[in-house]
Amino acid sequence: MKLPLSWLRDYVDVDLPPAEFAKRVTDAIAEVEGWEVIGEQWDPELVRVAEVLAVDPHPNADRLVLATVNVGEGPKTVVCGAPNVAAGQRVAFATEGAMLVDGHSGKLSKLKLRAIRGVDSAGMVLSEKELGLSDDHEGILVLPEDSAIGAPLVDAIGDVVFDVSTWANRADLLGILGFAREVAAVTGKPLREPDRSYTESERQAADFVSVTIEAPDLCRRFTASIVEGIELGPSPPWMQQRLIRAGMRPINNVVDITNYVMLETGQPLHAFDYDLVRGAEIRPRRARAGETLTTLDEVERDLDPDMLMICDGEGPVAVAGIMGGGNSEVSESTKTVLLEVANFDPGSIRRTSTQLRLRSEASLRFEKGIGPDLASYAQARALHLLEQVAGGRPAAGLVDAFPTPLASPRITLPAARIEQVLGIPIEAAEVRRILTALGFEVTESGDAFEVTPPFWRPDVDLPDDVIEELIRVYGYEKLPTTVLRGSLPEAQPRPLERVRERSRALAAGLGFQEVLSYTLTSGEILSRVVSPDDADRAGPLAATNPVASQHTYLRTSLRGSVLAAYAGNRHHEDAAMRFFEVGVEYLPTEADLPHERPVLCAVLGGQRLERWERPGPERLDYFDAKGAVEALLDDLGVAAAFTPVEEYALLPGHTAAISVGEETVGLVAQVHPDVAATFDIEEPVFLFELWFEPLTRAIPERPAYAPPSRYPEARRDLALLVPADTPASATLEVIRTHRARGVRISADVFDEYRGEGVPAGQKSLAIALRFRADDRTLGEKDVVRIEQGLLRRLEQDLGATLRT
Amino acid sequence: MSTIEAEVDALRAEALEALAQADDEAGREAWRADWLGRKDGRLTLRLRSLKDAPPDQRASLGKSLNALKSTLEGELEARREAARADALATLSADAALDVTLPGRPQSLGRLHPVTQTMNDCIDAFAEMGFRVFEGPEVEWARYNFDAVRIPEDHPARDMWDTIWIDTLIDGERKMLLRTHTSPNQIRVMEQTEPPVRVIVPGKCYRQEATDATHEWMLTQIEGLAVDEGVRMSDLKGTLYAFARRLFGADRQIIFHHSYFPFVEPGVEMAIDCFLCRAGGDDCRTCHGTGWIEILGAGMVHPEIIENAGYDSSRHTGFAFGVGIERVAMLRWGIEDIRHFYQNDLRFLRQF
Repeated sequence: MKLPLSWLRDYVDVDLPPAEFAKRVTDAIAEVEGWEVIGEQWDPELVRVAEVLAVDPHPNADRLVLATVNVGEGPKTVVCGAPNVAAGQRVAFATEGAMLVDGHSGKLSKLKLRAIRGVDSAGMVLSEKELGLSDDHEGILVLPEDSAIGAPLVDAIGDVVFDVSTWANRADLLGILGFAREVAAVTGKPLREPDRSYTESERQAADFVSVTIEAPDLCRRFTASIVEGIELGPSPPWMQQRLIRAGMRPINNVVDITNYVMLETGQPLHAFDYDLVRGAEIRPRRARAGETLTTLDEVERDLDPDMLMICDGEGPVAVAGIMGGGNSEVSESTKTVLLEVANFDPGSIRRTSTQLRLRSEASLRFEKGIGPDLASYAQARALHLLEQVAGGRPAAGLVDAFPTPLASPRITLPAARIEQVLGIPIEAAEVRRILTALGFEVTESGDAFEVTPPFWRPDVDLPDDVIEELIRVYGYEKLPTTVLRGSLPEAQPRPLERVRERSRALAAGLGFQEVLSYTLTSGEILSRVVSPDDADRAGPLAATNPVASQHTYLRTSLRGSVLAAYAGNRHHEDAAMRFFEVGVEYLPTEADLPHERPVLCAVLGGQRLERWERPGPERLDYFDAKGAVEALLDDLGVAAAFTPVEEYALLPGHTAAISVGEETVGLVAQVHPDVAATFDIEEPVFLFELWFEPLTRAIPERPAYAPPSRYPEARRDLALLVPADTPASATLEVIRTHRARGVRISADVFDEYRGEGVPAGQKSLAIALRFRADDRTLGEKDVVRIEQGLLRRLEQDLGATLRT
Repeated sequence: MSTIEAEVDALRAEALEALAQADDEAGREAWRADWLGRKDGRLTLRLRSLKDAPPDQRASLGKSLNALKSTLEGELEARREAARADALATLSADAALDVTLPGRPQSLGRLHPVTQTMNDCIDAFAEMGFRVFEGPEVEWARYNFDAVRIPEDHPARDMWDTIWIDTLIDGERKMLLRTHTSPNQIRVMEQTEPPVRVIVPGKCYRQEATDATHEWMLTQIEGLAVDEGVRMSDLKGTLYAFARRLFGADRQIIFHHSYFPFVEPGVEMAIDCFLCRAGGDDCRTCHGTGWIEILGAGMVHPEIIENAGYDSSRHTGFAFGVGIERVAMLRWGIEDIRHFYQNDLRFLRQF
């Protein structure tokens, strides 16, 4: 909301500099987002208020005139090109040296006077553009008639306009008077309320119109007044100036008064041309199916029976609380005005304005909730102005349909509650002072305050609401900092999160950069990595209103995201890259929220850096991916098995499932080159995934422990010929499970070879064996005997033979 | 000069001459084997042949030969020591490295700056006894809005532009991407009894246009403490400790009035600007106000306490919500929130 300081000062004295004022307001009332100083560059000596005494033709130019002006120092002649200059006006007048906005270039420059078409000019009568007020350069700015001649312009119309963001539950702060009341409470200054006096004619408003509320659930109150003798025309300059500063466009005096009073009080009003109201009656009712109304913005609106309409004897004339209809609009020919000031159900206004996609200044206020008593206040103020400014004669009495006036709520606030909530007490006298300044009624009974909020504060209905009023005015800076007391809640074990966070740290430690991607992706990207046959993943949940079409679907796989990160960085990275992301797959679930399945997905590839930090000849490969997984799992304390599998988008023969016991906990693979190519990745790229739910189940509570043997190991290397399609893991498993009288055998593969010297269909595996007994040092003979047994077993189980 | 002395002198001279010729370790080792080798070193053999010497000379010859032996051993050790010293001198002088050359590259990964910042926030609150709880990102409209006092027709809904999910469950239950972590206040209180002291980290989503300070996917940490005797001054103390932990021990904080439907009273917290130290009107971070808003907070609304089945006359609580990206931007001076989810290594590896 735009808050002009000059307007605010009608109701409360403000003598703080803008920055200090902004801070006080922000601390206690609403957030000041910024402010604009109007007239900062107007030199008080050089830019002043002048009166136009006469306007005469320019002897040498048809389009120019000679204006005689008085700045309090006798008549001066200036050359002027504005069509609207007229004798009797108060205008802004600049003399040589004033800083003005150049009418053509738009830049700030110093005024230099020169003769125009042979006539010397003593100064310049200014437009809004030259003053930096707007881009209007058509005519001169006409000042309010009561502006003091010779006064510095900055004193007459200089201002500070604050931009304030108010709250969703505070319609009263959308009125400058409401704001002033808060400022008065915060600064301790008195509040001056606007003049609401007017003279009633003998005619009774009730003789002009009747009001029948047919939907009392949606229309809580409807007041109508009648003003005859309207002289429609522009509103006075002071009113126009205020409307403009507050961000509204002046239209005519009647409409401007309704807007002015709305900006002032926060209560929206609507003026009908009485002669266009058919049947001399007003009926707020629900719209009928099929009804339409063309609103003031010239859009035909389709109405439905949930919407509240203001109707006359024949049909809708306004969408209640949102916008009037063109059929009853105030115009040049208006003589008599029917002024509506009503109160509507906030939810209904919001629903209707959302449905019609029509937000107005009125609907923004009504939807926040306005006290019904504000209607008569705003009526009186508007009638005062219609009488003063538009020549109107208010008829006697309001036509006031108010089916069920609400009793003001009484709130009992125990004094002890203040300290219970805040941690500090607030003295009774201070409580009374603050609440009274804000318009609340306060009495004390025993240890409690009985508080009645004012009618403009329907947002206050609980003791804690009152406490907020107290502390924000009392000052949050008086709240001390204390430490939470009491016992701590019991810690719940969170094994999955522990494994997840440990894995995240390990992955980074193993050289992988963590990425975080948007979790909403496109169907196209998902389809690259998710099989159409994957029942859990092929039908992702979609956003109804995505921020962009490429962010429509909740990802059911992280692979697309991490591959995209890889591809994006390849443009500026030459060497090997390793990325991982920890996130969830959003798997749709029957009749419930989706299953958010936690996953770590890593992608790697590219040329390994050589010593001089340049990409070397060697590329990362499958075994780099597997090595990282093995290190991770080793740290987590699990021994995993790797089994060849085939999986969508991954290269067959280069893909392994990772399992621990019964659980499959992830996979490691080369991404299928065709799929990689869809991401514009033209090099081999590898991927591994860990699935935290099964992985967490697979992790032993504590690591298996055996004391270090006191006896040395015996070591032997073997070269075995095994069928080419027997995985190394099968060979190692045979060795691992071989039992030989208390001797433990462990084995590692240290080479695989196929080719010359190895028969077709076979491969040679080099295996390092370690033998250990817990009770003795193994001798050469022991080892030879065990090895013979082992070789027989390998031949039996796998067809393996010793390579010679 | 006796013949013994002459013989020993000749041996010494020959041995030392040979040693002088040995200018590397292999040569010295060969010399050692030649002269002092256990099996057939010349001096070893000579000593072994002492028994064949005339008895009257045996003692003095033995003495001289043993003296020679220790001389040669000492000399050898001295030569070796000198060679080691030479080698070290060469290593640190002629073979000195250009220590400014690049190190051998290691692969290094880092945690995302949002993760790092989140971890720091979690640590700060964990020290104060807060437990971590997590809730779903895809949330029921009821939890995200209605249960935290944001009914469908209330303008407070405008505070959170929502991304909705196009699937309706049971024909009536609406799903959305949570707009804040606050629904977890309800989830936590439904599951536990006081005392409650939790933080809830997680992603949130907003249906809004992005710019340098707005992103449609964001990360929050929600805090909630409910118990008998929880006061707003405790909220201030908790957030004060947090601000000092993350932004420096000399930080100051202020509360100012704000409105969130689920708290009463509601505040925003600002820290004093540690970039301009309340100095400049042109400070890009605090815009000359000297204060930087970093989070929203307040006392849990009594209706929410009651709806959880707690007694609002006994149990009070506070809640707060911190935007992690905002904290990260402040601590590192990141100028545009849109960097976070572009996954550009040139950005990520700076943290």
